[in-house]
Amino acid sequence: MNDKRKTLSCAEFQQQLPELIGSGANMANDPHIASCELCRALLADLETIAEAARQLFPAVEPPDDLWSQIESAIQSEDQPAKPTRAN
Amino acid sequence: MPHSPMPAQPSSTSVVNGDGLQPKSSPAPRPNSGPAATPDPAETDALARAQAGDHHAFAQLYSLHKRRIYSLCLRMVGNIAEAEDLTQEAFLQLHRKIGTFRGDSAFSTWLHRLAINVVLMQLRKKGLSLISLDEAMEPAPEEGPGRSFGAPDLTLTGAIDRLALERAVADLPAGYRLIFILHDVEGYEHNEIAAMLDCSIGNSKSQLHKARLKLRDALRAHSTQEAQL
Repeated sequence: MNDKRKTLSCAEFQQQLPELIGSGANMANDPHIASCELCRALLADLETIAEAARQLFPAVEPPDDLWSQIESAIQSEDQPAKPTRAN
Repeated sequence: MPHSPMPAQPSSTSVVNGDGLQPKSSPAPRPNSGPAATPDPAETDALARAQAGDHHAFAQLYSLHKRRIYSLCLRMVGNIAEAEDLTQEAFLQLHRKIGTFRGDSAFSTWLHRLAINVVLMQLRKKGLSLISLDEAMEPAPEEGPGRSFGAPDLTLTGAIDRLALERAVADLPAGYRLIFILHDVEGYEHNEIAAMLDCSIGNSKSQLHKARLKLRDALRAHSTQEAQL
């Protein structure tokens, strides 16, 4: 299996990459990664992006008037529908 | 298959990123931390009263969770006005359904999933269909695996410009952005994302990979531009 992986072209290896990464495989010991500088650099970049994502988009406060809008919407939902007048 | 706005119960208490790209530092606390999360006494009290119809208690729940829910909506849609509308809709849904919360998971987890479902329903209304997710499985010619060949000297260094990355995420196609946010930012596992989006686990992995590749391209372009200044 490892020998087979070692003989993969970069295109073939990268085609398998989503599944390899998603399955949690230890890529550090992958024979293709060990022998291919390009794919090693690609993997390092993807790791950097995944790590950076966790620091992205700090939480922000909604505008102060949002609650009053929600409150109004709740009140309109809570009000019983007016009976329609039958003629 | 239409998704119910009712949040699903978390699949497990696992909070570990499910793929091989583990963070080198501790990740931020994840929303899907399940029932193991210690409940806030103020929240527990407000929740019980809100379930009994106490309007002030519901307002208290809003205060406790508004920041996280609004931020989630903003990340997922990348638009302030839309994020406000979705936050309002999420809390309206909460008001309608709060009586159905039984405490099988942490309230914050339940509310988080409810808000995600509200956003997903809105995105579907706007045309983010599963067809577009499935189509993304087929690599476009410029997205083929060979595109990363060459220019090994342009790899990203350890420090990424956070604002550049946030801009690049905002510029991602909606389907890619959605999966990237759910997995890499919000911490959901591929099986949870697949269930939420009604797609295959393989599709979720593939989309996430393509999203990261697009971000890599955008960041490399940004680095090149910076270097030329």
